[in-house]
Amino acid sequence: MNELSASSRITYRAVMVRPGVTRRIRGLSDRALAWLFITPTIVLLLAINIFPLLWTIYLSFTNYRANRSNVPTIWLGADWYQSILTDPDIWAAMQVTAHFVIWTVVIETVLGFGLAYLIDKKFRGHGMWTTIILLPMMLSPAVVGNFWTFLYQPQIGLFNYVVAFFTGRAASSFQMLGDVTLSPWAIVIVDAWMWTPYVMLICLAGLRSIPDYIYEAAEVDRASKWRQFWSITLPMALPFIMLAVLFRGIENFKMFDMVNLLTGGGPGSTTEVASITLKRAAFESWRTGYSSAFAIILFVTVFGLANIYVKALNKVKSR
Amino acid sequence: MTSATSAHSVVEPTATTRRFAGSLVVLYAIITMIPLVWIMLTAFKSPDDAISYPPKVLFKPSLEGFCNLFTTRSRQTPEFIRSLGPPQGMCDEIARSRNMVVAGPSNYVPRFVNSLIIAFGSTVLAVALGTLSAYGFSRFRVPLKDDLLFFILSTRMMPPIAVAIPIYLMYRTIGLSDTRLGMILLYTSVNVSLAVWLLKGFIDEIPREYEEAAMIDGYTRFQAFVKVVLPQATTGIAATAIFCLIFAWNEYAFAVLLTSGNAQTAPPFIPIIIGEGGQDWPAVAAGTTLFLIPIVVFTVLLRKHLLRGITFGAVRK
Repeated sequence: MNELSASSRITYRAVMVRPGVTRRIRGLSDRALAWLFITPTIVLLLAINIFPLLWTIYLSFTNYRANRSNVPTIWLGADWYQSILTDPDIWAAMQVTAHFVIWTVVIETVLGFGLAYLIDKKFRGHGMWTTIILLPMMLSPAVVGNFWTFLYQPQIGLFNYVVAFFTGRAASSFQMLGDVTLSPWAIVIVDAWMWTPYVMLICLAGLRSIPDYIYEAAEVDRASKWRQFWSITLPMALPFIMLAVLFRGIENFKMFDMVNLLTGGGPGSTTEVASITLKRAAFESWRTGYSSAFAIILFVTVFGLANIYVKALNKVKSR
Repeated sequence: MTSATSAHSVVEPTATTRRFAGSLVVLYAIITMIPLVWIMLTAFKSPDDAISYPPKVLFKPSLEGFCNLFTTRSRQTPEFIRSLGPPQGMCDEIARSRNMVVAGPSNYVPRFVNSLIIAFGSTVLAVALGTLSAYGFSRFRVPLKDDLLFFILSTRMMPPIAVAIPIYLMYRTIGLSDTRLGMILLYTSVNVSLAVWLLKGFIDEIPREYEEAAMIDGYTRFQAFVKVVLPQATTGIAATAIFCLIFAWNEYAFAVLLTSGNAQTAPPFIPIIIGEGGQDWPAVAAGTTLFLIPIVVFTVLLRKHLLRGITFGAVRK
């Protein structure tokens, strides 16, 4: 390959004078080829993402119900939006979502950064241990949620046994998934178990991007390790940390599969994150118009928050 | 700092620091592995061992979980069982010891096959479309390029349930609900955004001079793409394909809402494996273990490219 390019680079220089001609003679023009290459992807996305999105927007203004398609559809205007934004149940779901998103992101960032910081010390075998740590995030969230319900079983579960072993409480005295105060933390624990490695991996890239000479200069200036951490390590890794926070924040705002299998939103609605409320409205009570409006509100929220955050991220990067 | 270490660069961590950091990381790794190891152990336990208290670390291995995973059984009277001939195979023997007979195969294999077909089908499509578009975006001046790329990425921001509502209606209308083709198309549309972003990064790294030289030598642009760029991008394409495979393999939300009998994949099926009186944990664990093994293998294969994949190519090593 390299021989080919090396030999023909010389030819290339020679023919440079009239590249347009040679290109136009043979085959398709670049512009035609560009569109030929890009169009299939755009068409697929239009058909399976954008058309449905537009349909959702339309449905959100109607009384349509997917299980009663013979009932004539009535245009309702923005009624659903008004009722959703004033519905206390929806705000309760948003609070549950906020609790979940904030705590998972905080825990994962602290643990993930800490781990990355330790791995960056390049102890012997750090490559192998890093791969092992990464495993949970590659697994299916649904399957993970399902097997954690087994670990959380009050009588027989390993989690309860370990907690009982260390605290001395009876293993059957608490139910991680059945208790109103514990279940919001049960889902946080599983998410942190699964996604801390994700934050760790991104932070590790951040730490490795800091050139050694900066630390060497700091050593020359006799800056303490503590000072080096706060003035070099943390600020320089910050764009990476923020990127990880952005990705985790968006993903967890949309969280459905793992929580659906762990608690299904229960007990009551204490772990009913927004996606589960949406699923209940759309596929259990079949309020299609209502749930469409809620879906649009969620999408706009994610999109808006992500945009604000990306702007902040760019500001940090350009600093 | 000892004199031995100060001979090296000042920024190299000391041996003590390394050992300390190493032991903390190893401790975390071990703790984080316990749930996984536990579920794999449970797959080889008998139902009684699986639900014993205190949890059993040492137990007599049994394949009953795997038998229950692959078969359906029905309870019979001891007289009826005695009237049957000798048990056919190990699973039948285990079933009979519990006063049951094997009634037939379970749905696990068809669900697993669905997972394979849908995951591979959508991966091939997404990578093919993604490679073409990535090349287009990487090499040509496309009007509104940044907007198009952002549009492709933004399709990932929709909560899956929000997408599932209209997809459900659309598939019902055009007859794609609960079909493998429908799921393949849906997963392709989700994966193609990842494929475009990742592959654009990989193709950007291939020097343009290679194709230009080939074109001077008489290749058309398309031939140069096929014979020069594609071979260079093999690693990137393979890494992208594995990411797409893992997504499609793991996906649950669309699968549980849009499929039922015909095209259901393994993730919605595994949690509903139930025995008599609740979930049959060894069978669930066996199903989970078999389902997770390919992912473990892929993770090890992919470790060099993981970072790129999970950040849509935003961070490269």
